[in-house]
Order: sequence, then structure tokens, then C-alpha cells
Amino acid sequence: MLGKSARADWILLIVFSVLVLTAPITLTPIGAGYPDLLQKFAIYGIFAIGFNILFGLTGYLSFGHAAFLGVGSYSAVWMFKLFTMNAIPAVMFSLLMAGLFALLIGYVSLRRSGIYFSIITLAFAQMSYNLAYSVLSPITNGETGLQVRQLAPADRGPDYVLKLVDEDLRWVDQAFGVVEEGIPITNLFGLKMSGYPGFYFSAVLLILAFYIAMRITRSNFGMMLKAIKSNQNRLQYTGVNTRPYLLAAFVISGMYAGLAGSLLAVTDPLAGAERMQWTASGEVVLMTILGGAGTLVGPVLGGMIIKGLGSLFSSYNENILNQFFSFLPEPVREVAVGISALFVGEGWELTLGLMFMIIVIFVPGGILQGFTNIIRMFRRKKPNPAPAKSEA
Amino acid sequence: MAILEVSDINKRFGGLKALDKVELSVEEGTVHAIIGPNGAGKSTLLNCFVGRLAPDSGTVTFKGKSLLGLQPHEINQAGVSRVFQTPEIFEDLSVLDNVMIPAFAKADGAFKFNAWHRISRRAEVRDEASDLLEEVGLADQSKMICSALSRGDKRRLELAMCLIQHPKLLLLDEPTAGMSRADTNNTIDLLKKIGERGITKVIIEHDMHVVFSLATTISVLAQGTVIAEGKPEDIKGDPRVQEAYLGGVHQ
Repeated sequence: MLGKSARADWILLIVFSVLVLTAPITLTPIGAGYPDLLQKFAIYGIFAIGFNILFGLTGYLSFGHAAFLGVGSYSAVWMFKLFTMNAIPAVMFSLLMAGLFALLIGYVSLRRSGIYFSIITLAFAQMSYNLAYSVLSPITNGETGLQVRQLAPADRGPDYVLKLVDEDLRWVDQAFGVVEEGIPITNLFGLKMSGYPGFYFSAVLLILAFYIAMRITRSNFGMMLKAIKSNQNRLQYTGVNTRPYLLAAFVISGMYAGLAGSLLAVTDPLAGAERMQWTASGEVVLMTILGGAGTLVGPVLGGMIIKGLGSLFSSYNENILNQFFSFLPEPVREVAVGISALFVGEGWELTLGLMFMIIVIFVPGGILQGFTNIIRMFRRKKPNPAPAKSEA
Repeated sequence: MAILEVSDINKRFGGLKALDKVELSVEEGTVHAIIGPNGAGKSTLLNCFVGRLAPDSGTVTFKGKSLLGLQPHEINQAGVSRVFQTPEIFEDLSVLDNVMIPAFAKADGAFKFNAWHRISRRAEVRDEASDLLEEVGLADQSKMICSALSRGDKRRLELAMCLIQHPKLLLLDEPTAGMSRADTNNTIDLLKKIGERGITKVIIEHDMHVVFSLATTISVLAQGTVIAEGKPEDIKGDPRVQEAYLGGVHQ
């Protein structure tokens, strides 16, 4: 029995890895097989998996996780500007900074639970967003956003520290005598992080992130987190100090967000404050709930659906709709195009909203739960059904 | 030897004096019942033992150490477990998990960051939990999600969750409240059975049938003060007790 559930996890991990690594082939027929979008899938998958460690396991709904995404991006870009275009140090530094930032915010906001916790995290994120635009401009470069620039001239004066946002140093790269032509792109020990190599870098980290989340979910620590969600009062009377458990979950989940943020910067070495806005925090909540909060695969699925459909629907315009409805007679077609145009392009969020409502009302467990229900429906027809309680 | 000593506890809620100079001493190995009419302050008193309420004045000592100002988890780690009036369990988790969590809390302390190893590695905890479920009669339900259990089963489960911690003192807040007669009798039998383990118990109870089946000592609380204390036989015949019950709030 014990060995069986462990084996099921290994199978899940292997299937997940194969699906992720073959995504460039398998997703081509539906038009999602290009590296930019795939990389987005992987990055937001990591973000959502991490968010789920907090929200899915403990039930604490953070509305400020985009702050950690932003911190991760800024940290990564600073590593590119100061030291090296290699992605590894940037990722490490982002994890560290996001972790520290999460420790600080978590320590304060976990003094409350429920809606108050959500509001405090939201307030922190909005504060970070506004600070990034104003007083922190020397670090964030304000509205322009922090970017990788050309190297500072060799005869830079003593005031070069003030120009760091516009002129880069890249000490490590320079020490190794890396020659730059124009603005460099990120690399992994020389391998350029664009196109498919870029996707595979994110994909490997996604698989690693998934594996770690799986270990956490199945561990003692994970069980305590689930117990917090189920009945925190009882857990305290059972001798467990719930605060450090929550803080640890918050920090881990913040580090996942930081990792996602650094990967966004690896893809495109530019960090802007809009990455920290509350809409970005809200998006990861939608991804997690849509896919299935508390499940392992659900959040990744939710991220893919939102990012995938988002890029699909927002690329539609009236011309495409006219073609699509060309089988209809003229007046009917105009009405059909007029109505459906509201839901595409800029109006794609309307579709997202509708989809979210339908899922939450009819399959509150998320899309993954929907799949499980369907499978169970078919199984029930067979005699002697196995009690299927999927935790995947 | 007294394991729990309460002296001169006062607690006010606004103008209401909920506890008035309560003195109580629970001897080790006894089953000490606290009875009294509705509103006598029984639950308030219990909440003062477990750190949910802070009394305005007075002392609560457990094995010579003060419990006042401690967090609920610290009091539990000191060896006090509690059964609630309405069973407090982890409704979304399986019956077995419900019993394993307190066992981990006992083994690992108030916090341990053990996020890498699978729970199933700890077979000794699992075996102990299974044995205990067998004892309380929930072995067949061990894989069930708790929200599906009946009220009586939830109570049994909560008892198992407390017992697996081998508490030195078990507090039971109306363990048969809202139960059918059959379930009540089952619970009495179960409590008698676990009585063989020699755990000191404090029971708050309305139901006289339950009290007189289990208690070795009874304290009667009325309007925030202890009006009588003694062996069940003595309490039964005490005129002050009869007055508190019959002259006070009629049941």
C-alpha cells in the first residue's frame, strides 16, 4: 500500500515531464507550439504551482503574490547588469531576494487570517508597485522599466554609480573577456536563452518545481498545512504552532513566484513595475482556482489555459471573425460578428470572466476535478468500481 | 497529589461575573466532573485551563507550572488534551490522517520543518494510529473522509486524537452533548475503557447519567462559584445541589 502511492507519484512525475518536454511537438497542431508561448506556459506554471502551496494547501488566499514576481524580475535584471548575462546567478539571486521579501511580508500579514490576510497582502503588493514607480526609481528605473543596456564606457567617471540604470558593468563577463556587440541576450554558459533552448531551460525548472511541490504535498509538513486549512483551531489545541508552518509555506511560495519572475527576465531582460500590479496577483488566483486548487497538476493546467486562450483570443479581430462566420447570410453574420467581437481582442478578459464563473459554479473543484468526475462517471458503469480518490 | 490546581479564579464579562473565586483541585488519576446548571460558568472555567480565555485574576497550575499566558499549543505540549463540545476534527482529511496529525505533533513538537520525506516512511506512527482506531471502533472507516462520519463517530475520533498523544490530563467538554441515548452509552463505555489507562480526566457534563457512571469526584458550580465538592454519593444527597438544579434553571 505504501509503495503503491509512492509509485503512483513517480508515474505522475514521469508523465508530467514527458508532456512538458514534448510540448513543442504535441502543442503544434493547436497552434501553441512556438517557444515564446511555451515558455510563458512553463513560467506561469511555476508561479501557479508555488501559489498553490500557500493557497491550495493552507487555504490562505494571498492577493499580493505578483510583488514577489516583480522582485524576482528586478533582482535578475540587476544580476545581468552588474555581473553576468548567465541565467544561473540571476535565478539564484532572485530566489534569495524573493524569499527575504516574502519572509518580511509574510511575518506581518500572517498575524491575520481570512479576508484580512488577503487585504494586507494586497496592500503590500500595491505598495511595492507604487514604490517601484516613485521613490525606488533609482533601483527600478520607474516607468521606463529596468533593462539590460550597453556597457559603460571604459573612462567612466566617479559618478558611474548614478548611471547604473543606463550603463551596465557586467564585471564577471568583462573579467572573462566576453565581447559584446550591441545589447547582449541571456545565456546558460554560452548557450543563448532564446527560442527553444530558452523554453527548455524554463521547462526543466518547471519539472523541478513540480517535483519539489509534490514532495512537500506528501510530507509531514504538507499534511500540517492541509490540517491548517481544515481546522486551524483544532491543530493549535493539538500542540502545533501554526504560525511558523504558515510562514514557511508563504516563503516557499514567494520563492516560486521569484523564480517565475527571474525566468520572465531571462526570456526578456526587462523588468517593469506593472508586473507587480494587483491584476497580476489576481491572475494567478484565477489560474489556480480554474485548474484546481490543492491539486498538483491543476495550477499548471490553469496557467496554460489562461495564457494560451489569452494569446489566442486577443489575437482575433473582426476580419478573422468575418471569415469564421462567412457561412452565415449577411445580416445574421453582422450580428454574430458584432456580439463575438466583444469577447475577443481587447475584450478577451470578458471571456475569461465568463469561463471562470462557469467553472466555479458548475465544477468548483476546478477543471481537473471536472476530468476526474468524467472518468469516475465512466468507471461507475463497470461492476466493482475502485474508490477513486485522485489527489493528482 | 493534585495534577491541576485552580485557585481564586475570577472572570468578568462586562457586568456579568462568570467566575467568582473558583477553587478547584484535580487529583492525579481521578475522573473529576464539573457539573452545574446552564450559565454556571463551566465552559468558561475550562477555557481558562487551555489558554483560550485569560482569567482576570487567580492562578492555574498544572503539575506545579502555571498555565496562564501560555498559547493553546504550549498547553497541549505540556500534556493537556481537550475534547470540544462539538467535535473539532479535520473534516476534509481521512480518519487515519486525523489520528496521525496529533501523533506527529507529539513526536515532533510544536514545529518541525520536515518537507521532504513521505509521511508513509513513518510506519510506527501509522501503526499506532491504526491500533487506536481499532480500539475506538473506527478501524473500518480509517480511509473515509471525516465529514462523512456520524456525530457519534466524530466524537470517538476526537477521543482517539487526544489519546494518541498520551495526555497527562484529558479535558472533556460535554462529551455526550446532542447524542442519542445509544451513542451516549457507547461513549460512556468507551470512556470507561480508556479509564483503564489511568489518564486523569476533567469532564464537564449536563447529563447526570454520564456523570454518575464515570466520575470519582464531583464539583458543583453555580453562578460562578463552587458550591459543593465530594464523592458522587455525597453530591447526590446534597440539598444545596438540589436547590441549584431545581431552584435555579430548570432542566
